[in-house]
Amino acid sequence: MSDIVLEARDLVKHFPLTQGILFKRQIGAVRAVDGINLQLRRGETLGIVGESGCGKSTLARMLVGLETPTSGDLFVQGRNMAKVSGAERRRGRRNIQLVMQDPYTSLNPRMTVGDITGEPFEVHPEVLAKPKRRARVQELLDLVGLNPDHINRYPHQFSGGQRQRIGIARALALNPEIILCDEPVSALDVSIQAQVINLLEKLQKELGLSYIFIAHDLSVVRHIADRVAVMYLGRVVETGTEDQIYENPTHPYTQALLSAVPVPDPKLRGLRDQIVLTGDVPSPANPPSGCRFRTRCWKAQEICAQQEPELTVRQSSAHPSACHFAEVRDVVHAQQ
Amino acid sequence: MSTDVNVKLDALPGLDSDALPLEVKDLHVEFRTRNGIARAVNGVSFSLRAGETRAILGESGCGKSVTAQAIMGILDSPPGFVTGGEIRYRGVDLLKIREEQRRKVRANRIAMIFQDALSALNPVFTVGFQLSELFRKHRGMSRSDSKARAVELLDLVKIPAARQRVNEYPHQFSGGMRQRVMIAMALALDPEVLIADEPTTALDVTVQAQIMALLAELQQERNMGLLLITHDMGVVADVADQISVMYAGRVIEEAPVRDIYESPSHPYTKGLLESIPRLDLKGQELSAIKGLPPLLTDIPKGCAFNPRCRYAKDACRQDPVPPLHQVAPARSSACHFWKEVKADV
Ligand SMILES: Nc1ncnc2c1ncn2[C@@H]1O[C@H](COP(=O)(O)OP(=O)(O)OP(=O)(O)O)[C@@H](O)[C@H]1O
Ligand SMILES: Nc1ncnc2c1ncn2[C@@H]1O[C@H](COP(=O)(O)OP(=O)(O)OP(=O)(O)O)[C@@H](O)[C@H]1O
Ligand code: SF4
Ligand code: SF4
Ligand SMILES: [Mg+2]
Ligand SMILES: [Mg+2]
Repeated sequence: MSDIVLEARDLVKHFPLTQGILFKRQIGAVRAVDGINLQLRRGETLGIVGESGCGKSTLARMLVGLETPTSGDLFVQGRNMAKVSGAERRRGRRNIQLVMQDPYTSLNPRMTVGDITGEPFEVHPEVLAKPKRRARVQELLDLVGLNPDHINRYPHQFSGGQRQRIGIARALALNPEIILCDEPVSALDVSIQAQVINLLEKLQKELGLSYIFIAHDLSVVRHIADRVAVMYLGRVVETGTEDQIYENPTHPYTQALLSAVPVPDPKLRGLRDQIVLTGDVPSPANPPSGCRFRTRCWKAQEICAQQEPELTVRQSSAHPSACHFAEVRDVVHAQQ
Repeated sequence: MSTDVNVKLDALPGLDSDALPLEVKDLHVEFRTRNGIARAVNGVSFSLRAGETRAILGESGCGKSVTAQAIMGILDSPPGFVTGGEIRYRGVDLLKIREEQRRKVRANRIAMIFQDALSALNPVFTVGFQLSELFRKHRGMSRSDSKARAVELLDLVKIPAARQRVNEYPHQFSGGMRQRVMIAMALALDPEVLIADEPTTALDVTVQAQIMALLAELQQERNMGLLLITHDMGVVADVADQISVMYAGRVIEEAPVRDIYESPSHPYTKGLLESIPRLDLKGQELSAIKGLPPLLTDIPKGCAFNPRCRYAKDACRQDPVPPLHQVAPARSSACHFWKEVKADV
């Protein structure tokens, strides 16, 4: 069997923009995800970073089957999810679970922790017979560091970090091989964030999980990811190993993003190579022609408006970069 | 209509232009709720000089916003009450003067910006109207003069095409632009102190960098004191001069920015710094602070941090609460064992 557990080919999601109340007319589309290719290997963590609205959550929702792609293909363990039988698709879906961002709203306040964690068994009853479920739920709570005796408590009786653990326990219920984490620690304080990241890494080692880890905190992604994909306006603009992206970024957007991250070391104040971008992210309903980053790029030339740069390895970029003028600029270490 | 505010402010009893623009002493705030009394602020003190940036750092719920709300007089009351302490503007204790004088100081001399700009702006009025109303109301300016000032302000905070955009509504601006509008509103009346409560937490890092650069520039130009409330230790390292770290409603460590990152002298500060993912520690477990912050209705006896502290000894579990010990000039730590903590690297 191949080493690639999940693959997206040319995945697209357009949300129609309509006008009129009675007779809805489509007047355009929000191109939330606009042709994304990615591969997830067994046991690795793929980090996805990018600014708000660039399509990270939409991509995640397609990967777990909560959203139907407008076009493109999704392969789970080498099987095209659009072409397999219903039963096989359900099995494929079971194998990928989602942990969501907001520990305050993603859990139903009227359900007990036990019911929440065991909910996936209601959707996939074939996995575990009813009488065995309570013990399994307690085992799961223990696995994520919660007290199994708290099975009858409600979400409001837990802190944010504990609620995120409940979300993780639920995601693990069906023994998936792939976990998709959409901003799993963004809402948490740094001391609690560290607890949850440690838990995710421990589970990965123990259970051999593969992760897709979406976050806007670049230092968290650097800590946890083996490979990283950088998204801008519905496309991946650069991808590579964690080292390649952070040490040798070649796409201007990646460089700007990395240089904007404040470093928790006052000695470096004023010494870093800071690229302050001007302007706002354009609307995904009407992305710029050619390179989508060109309206904010300080290197843009004629060709950038005319020709969309391909995400590919280039002479000046050892890893795939979607820039006509890709070149290494070390913004993390650079000092004036 | 008040035409010259400064004349009125001069009449404040005890106003001393040589005194600091902001000084908070032993501030106490509690919330009287059905579940008991939540002691949100338990003796917070700090000062702010003109042109200085002081960061207030701490985890969610430690009382940062409540401290700011008490200074601004916008505490949700009831259930919130200031139960003790002083809040001095240029020597005048704002808690002791008449309500209308207090309101004047707060409208003119101390301004605040929030994490969520949308909630601070009125959705039904144009941005220009909201800005110019400030000048009409507090400066008695004419309609056309105040409109012109509104455009100038939008220019100042670098909103492109300010002359056109002044007629737009808040929802027509992006998140970063709205934050700029809120900064413009806060700066309209030339305050001496700006309180920024998580001004960039909701924004993307590239936009955050723009906003922080703008704030720093405006602060320098105007020699304003900036009280920056945040939990982002990267932002603090980038912009702050002084730091006050809060835990369970108290300042537990206070120091100039460089010292605190180099040699934290309170276990909580040390724990916070160690939980940030670091490049040289990739592949290793992060060092998390165990456990959770306490409920404010039930703060542990002795040192509030003791159940989570790896240095805790018997003395920490008994009252009195550890006082702020002087660690060095302008540095203090509320830990009985600060010497041991500071030496431990
Ligand atoms: N159901 C929907 N209908 C219409 N537009 C949508 C829908 N869901 C998302 N969008 C749009 O698609 C774009 C991408 O949204 P998405 O939530 O995937 O971004 P994101 O990268 O996850 O952002 P964030 O970091 O803020 O979570 C946005 O412009 C969003 O407004
Ligand atoms: N209106 C209110 N009613 C009751 N309790 C309140 C109210 N406002 C704040 N509190 C309590 O005061 C405590 C301190 O809150 P505060 O908003 O100052 O925290 P913070 O440090 O700003 O946290 P965050 O980082 O989450 O903004 C909280 O534990 C909260 O429960
Ligand atoms: S292709 Fe052109 S506009 Fe796009 S990132 Fe490269 S230089 Fe900038
Ligand atoms: S006083 Fe004791 S419990 Fe508190 S921080 Fe110091 S060592 Fe820890
Ligand atoms: Mg999202
Ligand atoms: Mg707050």
